[in-house]
Amino acid sequence: MAGDLAVPEDPDSGLVSRLRAGDESAFAELAGKYQGAMLSMARVYVPSGAVAEEVVQDAWVGVLRGIGRFERRSSFRTWLFRILVNRAISAGTRERRSVPVDDMGPVVDASCFDAGGTWQVPPAPWADQVDDQVIAAKIAARILAAIDELPLQQREVVTLRDVQGLSGEEVCAVLGISNGNQRVLLHRGRSKLRQVIGSEFGRSR
Amino acid sequence: MIRLWFRPRRGMVCREAVELVTDYLEGALSQAQRRRFEAHLAGCPDCPEYLAQIRAVIALAGTITPDDLTPRMRGEFIRLYRRWQADEERGPQ
Repeated sequence: MAGDLAVPEDPDSGLVSRLRAGDESAFAELAGKYQGAMLSMARVYVPSGAVAEEVVQDAWVGVLRGIGRFERRSSFRTWLFRILVNRAISAGTRERRSVPVDDMGPVVDASCFDAGGTWQVPPAPWADQVDDQVIAAKIAARILAAIDELPLQQREVVTLRDVQGLSGEEVCAVLGISNGNQRVLLHRGRSKLRQVIGSEFGRSR
Repeated sequence: MIRLWFRPRRGMVCREAVELVTDYLEGALSQAQRRRFEAHLAGCPDCPEYLAQIRAVIALAGTITPDDLTPRMRGEFIRLYRRWQADEERGPQ
């Protein structure tokens, strides 16, 4: 019964209305806005760029087919990513629902702390260095490769949250996971990226 | 009688703090947990750097921008749209 009552804060609401009215340029605009994000999200599931492009194209056709029934209970972006993730999983060559049991230990190696739990090998400082744009650009290139090495579920969440900028709520809706689960995966993923970046700076553990 | 207070009562240690960083940033800690976390940070020489590094990771990940759509790709999307529309009009049956 939600009908055309748009989620008020959905920035794509106008484009969605135009697309529903059959405006092809609205489709091109939405595609322009999200194609890059869709491709990078598809690559979370399919390693080959060519297959990722097929998945994304397939998802766009799904958007065209489904837009008339899109009830705007979620933002367009959430709905779009959900379509994409479903297509990517069915095309997916990477295992999705495996629980990373091997990955439930502490996020910082236990040897970094003394018996009382205080740092004995504290993190070597680098955080302020990323204010330097040149350094940041160099590290950003490395972070993409590091995300690709995360276990799939962490990669999904980190890509959606930190690369694509979705809210926690949106990520839960796209992936069909609980908020608690989302936070655990985000925590583990970000912690690993910190380690990679730290070793990139050459001094951190 | 000498009493040594090394830490405030039920003080948080670094090992715990690093595990709570994401929940802290997500606003998912209870008020009491948040106070303990912030009290630890205020007195710890190293955990603020750890938190700053996690924030830096988030900021860096956010700078990865997907490629912009080229005019050629725009044309492809318009073609995709028209092809879909033609299929629709023809109908599945």
